[in-house]
Order: sequence, then structure tokens, then C-alpha cells
Amino acid sequence: MSLVTRRNLNDQDAAYAALIGAHKGLSEAESIALNARLILILMNHIGDPAVIGEALALATASGARPAG
Amino acid sequence: MPYDYKPFPFVAPPGLTAPEPRHAVVIVGAGPIGLAAALELANHGVRSVVLDDNNVVSVGSRAICWSKRSLEILDRIGVGAACVAKGVIWKVGRTYHRDREVFNFDLLPEPGHKMPAFVNLQQYYVEDYLVAEAQASGLIDLRFKNRVTGVSQTADGARVEIETPEGFYTLEAGYVLACDGAKSPIRAMMGLEFQGVLFEERFLIADIEMEADFPSERRFWFEPEFHQGQSALLHKQPDNIYRIDLQLGWGTDPAEENKPERIIPRIEKVVGHGNFKLDWHSIYTFQCRRLESFVHDRVIFVGDSAHVVSPFGARGGNGGLQDVDALGWRLAAVVTGEAPGAILQRYDLERTHGSDENILNSSRSTRFMSPAEGAERWFRDATLALASHAEFARPMVNSGRLSVPCVYPLSGAPDVAGMPSASRPGAVAPDAPLGGDWLLSVLGGEMTLLAIGQPAPARLALRVVEVEVTPEVKARYLGDRDRALYLIRPDQIVAARWERAEAGAITAHAAAIWEGRA
Repeated sequence: MSLVTRRNLNDQDAAYAALIGAHKGLSEAESIALNARLILILMNHIGDPAVIGEALALATASGARPAG
Repeated sequence: MPYDYKPFPFVAPPGLTAPEPRHAVVIVGAGPIGLAAALELANHGVRSVVLDDNNVVSVGSRAICWSKRSLEILDRIGVGAACVAKGVIWKVGRTYHRDREVFNFDLLPEPGHKMPAFVNLQQYYVEDYLVAEAQASGLIDLRFKNRVTGVSQTADGARVEIETPEGFYTLEAGYVLACDGAKSPIRAMMGLEFQGVLFEERFLIADIEMEADFPSERRFWFEPEFHQGQSALLHKQPDNIYRIDLQLGWGTDPAEENKPERIIPRIEKVVGHGNFKLDWHSIYTFQCRRLESFVHDRVIFVGDSAHVVSPFGARGGNGGLQDVDALGWRLAAVVTGEAPGAILQRYDLERTHGSDENILNSSRSTRFMSPAEGAERWFRDATLALASHAEFARPMVNSGRLSVPCVYPLSGAPDVAGMPSASRPGAVAPDAPLGGDWLLSVLGGEMTLLAIGQPAPARLALRVVEVEVTPEVKARYLGDRDRALYLIRPDQIVAARWERAEAGAITAHAAAIWEGRA
């Protein structure tokens, strides 16, 4: 099993709205803490350390300033 | 050559000299929605009076993106061909982050539809065509420079007070359609208020005239170099007119930003030169709001008077035309005594549902374009950053989800598993080529049984259209079945479908629709 990077959510807009909605009214510190808990939950759900490793690499790489 | 505004003459209405006989329907507002409503009623043989406080078509391009469904509706009332002939046809949208394309969409990926996915055409052209059609109809009494100053409900109708350049008069009407726009004076006169969200965001909207060879595509930029940190949209219109929308942010001064000396340098940065003419401009804020109910006894709200959404989804004008679609046949049936007034509640149910879907989509796009500081902005920026690295993030980039007609929730409508989802009850009947014609043109505006791959049941007291199974008809109507019976409403919405049915079951469902029970 490798990391799924193609579209895998039926209704992406609804999922995105649910994510934003969960942060409504939170302070910055509370939002950061919510994100941390969410990542731990999803990481456990994935279960596969290789997939988690790929996800970490993608998140790191996409945070770098695009060249040009 | 830009549009040449020709004022319509004021003609003294008969009501100024003597009371007029009661009118079945008075429509307030001769914009695209009011005019389309009048023509739709005329299609069903119902007369109307249309009042407008002005005497020219829309000043500025305003609504420019007409969806496939709107074009089908406009076609049914006689102006579809003119709109397509004059308009800029497009179906591809491209979204950029900085200078990189991150997402594109194709709105009409299959052939075999009479109408294109979208046509860009200035609202003034659409109104121009609609006015000509209304004046030729013989059933529409179009009155310019007639400003409504009061509306009141009577026991079995409504009374409208009107001011003209030559004095005041009163009209009695069975029904009044308030098609008087987002700032609806009638809404205010009746003390009704919008509910919903007003976003703290401002956009500059400008039309420029220039010679250019931009392709016929919608282009949207997040954080472009030419408009630091904000968003921008470019749309092509006929007559070498381009629509440019620029996000300004809430901290800007709208009066200051609406000055040409502020606007022109901004646009020079977008197009890369100063060789253009500023044709029209305006500043707007985002709002997603609607009336709780669109039907108030004998006064019915249609279009922007009933609901407003943020732009970038083309859901304002197109949503209004879908209101007209859902209302016209029902109101005509009520006025002619063929249906009880209760069926108008179905208009309210269906169009508040449609409006909520438009508001939901529009609110999400607005939040993506104009995220609140904190988590909303982190996730927006993360989506944009991921978009050039991972496929899944591209369609998450939300620069507007363009108008498609909603599927009405027709609970309990007969349905068949295995038939295509696109033609399920509540959806607009999909178009298909039919010999030299088109299915939607053949269906027209009457309650019809569409029989596919079989004859209609004998002794059916209903208009019947029988069609052969072509590849398009199979894909859009049959799925894994080889025959079907579709009951299609006058607004071309699929009301029910069966694989086989007795005449009695079909007419019973049609009767339930006319009685407002389905």
C-alpha cells in the first residue's frame, strides 16, 4: 500500500467545510491542538508506517517555496 | 462597438385616466427575471403587465455567465439562439496559484446537447432580446417609467400603487411577482428581511474594452504577481469586452477604490499594458442571504429579490431563471383555474431548496477566497501549496463552483434502480439529439410522458413523446434497462420514471403534481 494522492473523497467541498467548521471559534492555540489530535487520529487509522512516512515527506516537500 | 443604449418610450398607461380591469399577473421589474417570467407565462397563454421604473436595459454588463440550463430556458421563451449566437461560448476554467496553473475544469465533457455549458453575454444584450420578444408576444404589456410605490394584499389578490412621469395610478392583480432585484423595494415595503451572511470582503468589478486574444476560458488567480496577495478573475465577453474582478480586502475604502484613477493602474498590471478603455465598474461586497419564504400570499418573490449569493459561481442570474422555470407553469395553471393556489407552495419548497444549495456553494467559495485569519487561512494556503504537488488537492482549490441546476427532493416519486442518476426524479431532463431536433425542444413546456423503447400505454390522457433508443438516450435515460417511461413536468424536470406502468399510475402521478401533492 502506498500513499493515495489522487482524489479519494466524494464530496471534497463538504469534507473541507467540516474541517473548517471544527475550528470555528477556536483560538490559535486551540486550533493547533485540534490539528495535532486530528493528525494523531488519522495516523492511527492509516496504520501503515510506510504510508505515514510518504505523507510526512509530501507535507514537508510541499511546504518548501516553489522554485521559480 | 460597445452596446448602444436606446431608451424605451414612456406610454401613458390607461390606468392614469380610468381604473383598469383587474390583471391576472403584474410583474414588477423588467430585468432578465421579470421579462423571462412574463414570456414563460405567455408561453402558457397567460397575460401579464410588466412595470419597470427605468427605461433602458441594464447599465453595465452585470450578469454575464449564462449556464446551460439558463440557455435551455431562454431557448424555450424564444431568445436562446440569439444569446448563443452573440455570446462567447466557453466550458474550460483555469485556476492559477501565483503563475502556476493548479486546477482546470471542463463543464461540458460530452457532446450531444443543444446548448453549450456556458455563454458569456452582457446582461444588457439578454434584456434587449427579451424586451423585443415580449413586445412581439401580444400577451405582455410592458410599461417603462412606471415605478411601484406601494403593494398591499387584498382578499383575493394584490393592489399595486404606481408613479409615472404623468401621474399616479393603481392596478389590481391576481398575483404580483416581485422581480425587482437584490435591493427589492417591494421586499422593503412589505417589511421582509433577508437572512444569512454578509462577508467582510470587497471586490472591484470592471469591464474593459480592448483588442486581445485571450482564449474563451474563465481564468482565476490566487495570489497573482500582478495583484499581490489577493484574487483575480478574467472573463471574455462579446464586443472585445473583458470582465475583471479584483479582490480588494475589507480594509479598503469603497468610494476611493471606485475612482477610475485608482482602477486603471490596477488593470494595467493585470493586462500588462494601458491600451484599453474602462467601460463600466463597480465595487461590491459578498453576501449569501435569502428570504425565509418566497411566497407571501399574492406576492411572489423571484430572482435576486428572493435570494442573493456571492459571485464566482454564476448562481445569481442563473438561479433566478431557475425560479422562473419552477414558477411559470404553476402560476399559469393557478391563474387559468387548472390548479389550486396550493401548488405555489411547491415553488417555495423547491426554490428555497435550490437557493440553499447555491448559498452553500457560494459561501464555501467565498471562505476559500477570503479565509478568516487562523485555521481557515492555514488550510486554504495548505491546499494551494499542496495543489502543485498532489493531485487530490487540485479540485479542492475553490475559485467558485459553477451553477448547475439542483435536483429537487421529490420524495416518494416512482423511480427505477439501475437507471442513470443524471435523470432521476427531481433532475432536469438531460438533452439528447433527436433526428434533426433536440429532446428538450420536443418536450417543450407541457406535462409529457416520454416513452423510450416502447409505446406509451393505451388510453393515456397525457401528451406523449415516443423516442427511439439512440446511444445518447440509452446513456442518459436507460442505463442498464432497455425501456422506460418518464413523466416530465412542464419545467422539464423528471417527475417520475418507470420501466413499465399502467396508464392509471401515470395519470395519478400527474394529477398529484397538479394538485400540489407531488
